[in-house]
Order: sequence, then structure tokens, then C-alpha cells
Amino acid sequence: MQRLKSIGAWIDERVQLGSAIAEVAEHPVPRSSASWWYVFGSATLVVFILQVVTGICLATVYTPAADRAWNSLIYLDYQQPLGWYLRALHGWGSNFMIALMLVHMVQVFLFGAYKYPRELTWVAGCVLLLSTLGMAFTGQVLRFDQNAYWGLGIGASIAGRFPLVGFKIVRLLLGGPIIAGETLSRFFALHVFVIPGLLIAFVGLHLFLVLRLGINEWPMPGRIVRRDTYLEEYRNIVRTDGEPFFPYAAQKDLVFAGLIILSLLVVAAIAGPIGPNGPPDPTIIQTVPRPDLFFLWLFSLFALLPPWTETFLMLVGPPLVIGILFALPFISGTGEKSWRRRPVSVVIVILTFTLIGTLTWLGTFSPWSPVMEAWSSAPTPFDYVKGRTPLELQGALLIQSKQCRNCHSLGGEGGLRGPALDDTAVRLTRDQMVRQIIQGGGNMPAYGKNLTPAEVNAIVAFLATMHPRGEPPAHDSATPSD
Amino acid sequence: MDQSTEKTSRRTFLFRLGLAINAIAVAIFAIPILGYMLSPARRFTWLDWISLGAVTDYPENQTRLSEYVNPYRKPWDGETARIPCWVRRMSGESFQVFAINCTHLGCPVRWFAGSDLFMCPCHGGAFYADGRHASGPPPRPLYQYRHKVEAGQLWVRAGELPTLGQPEV
Repeated sequence: MQRLKSIGAWIDERVQLGSAIAEVAEHPVPRSSASWWYVFGSATLVVFILQVVTGICLATVYTPAADRAWNSLIYLDYQQPLGWYLRALHGWGSNFMIALMLVHMVQVFLFGAYKYPRELTWVAGCVLLLSTLGMAFTGQVLRFDQNAYWGLGIGASIAGRFPLVGFKIVRLLLGGPIIAGETLSRFFALHVFVIPGLLIAFVGLHLFLVLRLGINEWPMPGRIVRRDTYLEEYRNIVRTDGEPFFPYAAQKDLVFAGLIILSLLVVAAIAGPIGPNGPPDPTIIQTVPRPDLFFLWLFSLFALLPPWTETFLMLVGPPLVIGILFALPFISGTGEKSWRRRPVSVVIVILTFTLIGTLTWLGTFSPWSPVMEAWSSAPTPFDYVKGRTPLELQGALLIQSKQCRNCHSLGGEGGLRGPALDDTAVRLTRDQMVRQIIQGGGNMPAYGKNLTPAEVNAIVAFLATMHPRGEPPAHDSATPSD
Repeated sequence: MDQSTEKTSRRTFLFRLGLAINAIAVAIFAIPILGYMLSPARRFTWLDWISLGAVTDYPENQTRLSEYVNPYRKPWDGETARIPCWVRRMSGESFQVFAINCTHLGCPVRWFAGSDLFMCPCHGGAFYADGRHASGPPPRPLYQYRHKVEAGQLWVRAGELPTLGQPEV
């Protein structure tokens, strides 16, 4: 013990940081800020540090060349000792980091911690938000599989919609005319050098500002923030009701961060590495590209937005949202801090998370996508072929061979893009069925050119039997017998 | 002029000279850096005529998957140098060669001969056999490559990723 102390003293004489560190560790913070609600920022930072560590480990084996990346991923998963676990930690770590960061952001927002004098802390935080999402996107590209390849195509197609110079932006993004070796190298440089540099710089700034300006006191309804009085009030709180940050407030941060690390270790061990889902060979077109979890809401949005609004929303939406985020402390930098007196803020949070949550949930099963193999793998339910005439059976066959099942389900199996066919006869008369098949409409293509009249006849004959027992088929009131 | 003012003006001169030299040096340094990073945007076009094989490889009234190798491939591109495309032969030497990329956001479209439709797995786009939009979010028909039949071979002019910013490749 004496030995350690004398070594410590030797170092401190030459580094001279001991007193500064002690001052930071023990600086007084409002007692009310030593709360479990305040632990999410430090947890995000801890997971970031873990990401850097696991990222460095992966970089000693992973090869960022388009012809080698896939093989290095397979090697990591199956041959490198504990390579699968490092990949799992890094992939799940990224999900944890985004989740914790979002919770931290919502907590800061609802507690009014972005208000005077902490506006720049919030702005630095917004830069960190964008950088972290950038890390998530570039990281999923580095997992160079089919999702990554076609995901890059989607990014390029969005960039290509930019007026006039769109095609130039595409080439800058891809490093050339198409997705190739230089694309992966570009994203590697971004993911390993550029964005981490930004992150480290802005985390430093963010932490420095938090230390300098003090941790936000617990927001009390009725305590209004005013520029001319706040600093004095805050100093009073710290003086009269303050506690040293370490260990009083830091202990909760420590506990939560430790629990987060442990849960990441467990989740990574149980769930294993994320992907890769197939070699990035563009000629393998039997593929269903999907983004990672935290981008699924965007995937759903692109499927559900009215097409005529898309280019406008893609170009105007992100700058608008990001602009509002950055401008927040300048729009409402004073006033009430407590969410109890800020109903608009609470509503915004609830609406945003409901929207993004719903879109994410939809993205997990993407009802708008045809199920590409349903026509040949989802059989007609047995009950629907019992006691049918030959013409009706021919219709049932055509519903399979013409890929109708890719978008329509029978007996719960098939696509969800169009309505289930089990009760077609209740909803449509024969004439309406013929029109819908031949002319299409809604989300359905026109099949008139691909079906002979006899085939249409057979399909309609079968569909006319598609009504649940006891429910009469629809009929046109002008024609008494169908 | 007394001694102290002379010393000050020499010192400030040296300081300002140092700033100026570094400003010029950094500006000159920026030129190759910017030239290097912006080079992909400066080249006007990457296109070349590529053969997709003999015309007899493509039966009439059928749409078949074909592929070509990127004419500007680098040695480390690996599989990404192989680009697929859909070749539709109507009759004789009448062809349509479609890019694999859906015109909505670039996912690979799949041809179904049974229903004469291209379907996209991402956001539900569908196209008719001649490339026209049938359903879903795509804003325009499938991108087509310029093509020609020469010496019994089908040639396409290809090498760039088609997007809405540059649909005619």
C-alpha cells in the first residue's frame, strides 16, 4: 500500500493532474441530480468505449476489401477463436448504444436540460446523435453481405434524387460509377477514422460542458429558467443542497453501466452475431434486402409514403428535422423545465415514438412486399379444393401458377400485400372480380394481357366459391341471380 | 523610431510571415486532397460496349437473366464486378435490356414468367414485361441499357449504376 502510494506520488509530481482529477471527481452537484433517471448518458459512453475496443479487435482480422470482406466475416464467425462473440458484442453493442442514446436524449428533452445555459451541450449532443447513426449505417455496410450491397444501392438511389447534381453525389458516395471495391474502402475510412474522430472530439466537448456548467438540477414545476437569474439560482442549489459527484451521484451511473455491460455480454452470447446473410454477389437476385433494426422505420416509410411526395420528403425532411433538433434550445431555451408543465413536449415524445415504433414493427414483417416463393410453396388449403368442379380447380391452380399467392393469402399463407382471398365472394360480385383481375387497381397490376378469357373464367369460378359457410356471396342488386 | 518599436515590428512581421506562409501552404495542400477525394465526381462517364453473349442464347418471347463484368473493374472488386440484367427478346433482333435496379430505390427486381411481372422484394414495386410501372412506389419504368446487335452478339452500353439522377446510362 505504501509502495503504491509512493509510486502514485512519483507520477503525480511529474504529470500533475492528481488535483485536477480529484476536483472533477468530487465537484458538487445538486443532490436531486443523483437520480436513476440521469444514468443514460454515462451508459451510452461506456457502450461506446466497448464498441471501440471490440471494433479494434475485429479490425485485426476483418479485411475491408470487396473480394475478401465476406470471407473474413465467415472466418470470424466460424474459425477465429471467439470471433463470433466479438462480432456479436460489436453488433449488439451498436443496438444498445443507439437505444441508450435515444433514452438519454428523451430524458434530457423532458427534463429541460437543454435550456440556458446548456444550449451548446445539446447542440454537441445532436452532432453525437448524427455521428452515432452514421456509425450504425457505415457499420452495417462493413458487414459486407447482400443487405449491405443493396442497402448501398438504396443510399445511392436516394442521393440520385437530388436535383441537378444527384448523379455526382452518387459517384462521390460510391467512390465511382457503381458499388465496388472503392465503395467499401470509403465506408471503412468513414467508420474507422472520420466518424470516430468526430465522436471522440464531440464527446470530449460534451463532457467538458457538462462539467463546466454543472449537471441539470431536477426540474421543479414552477421554477422558471430566466437568463438573468438562473446561474445564481443554480449555484445556490449546489451550495446549499450539493453533494460530491463522486461517489454520491456516480454510484448510480456505475451500477447502471455495469449492469448494461453484463446484459450486453449475455445478449451477445445468447443471440450471437448479426448476419452476415449471404455473399455480396449482385448476380444472386434471390435476396430480400433489409436494413438493421434501427433503420427499419425508414424502410417502412419508403414503402408507405405516397410516391409523388417521396423525392420532396427525402430531400426536405431530414434537413428540416435535423434543423429543428439543433434549433431546439434556441426556440425554447428559457421557461419551464419540468415536463409536468410542458404538455407539448410530452405529446411530441409520445407521437414520435409511437410513429417510429409502429413503422419499425411493420418493417419486421413488411406486409407490402410480395412473398416471392409463396406461389410455389404455399399450397391451396385442402378445404378449398374439396367438392370443387374441374373448372374451379383449374382456377385454384391458376391462382398458384400466376403468382397470385405472392400478394394474396389463402388460409393464412401467402402475401399480405393484397386482401386475403378467403372471403372474396363476400366482398366482390363476379363482374367486379373480372374487372379487378383484368384492369387491376389499388396496388394490383392489370392481368388482362397475361390471362386468356378462359383462364379469367376459371379463376373467377374458383373465387366465387370463396365465402365462409353461412355467409351468402355478394350479388349485384340489379341482377337478381348471379 | 526607438528600439522597442523596431523590435516589435520585426516580431510582428515574422509572426505575420509565419501565418502567411502556413496559410499558403495549407491552401496548396488542400488542392491535391480535394482533387483526390472529389475525383469520382469529376469524370464525366464510365460507359463501354459489353457483349451479353450470342443472340441465339435468348429465345424469342422470353425474359432471361444475364450478367456482364464491369468494364472498369479493379482487381479487388471480387464478385461486385459482376452485374446482372434482364434481357427480353421480343422477336428477331428486337430486344429490351433492363437494369436489375428497381426505379424506386434500387433493389433487385425479380421476373416471374407465369404472371409476366417483375416484382421488387423491398417496398412492393411491380413492373410489366415491357418495363412499365404496374404497381407500388416506383416513379418510372425500369431503366434500360442502350443495346445493339452486332455480329450475332447482343451488346449493351453499361458501366454505371442507374438512378433517378442519371436514368439514361
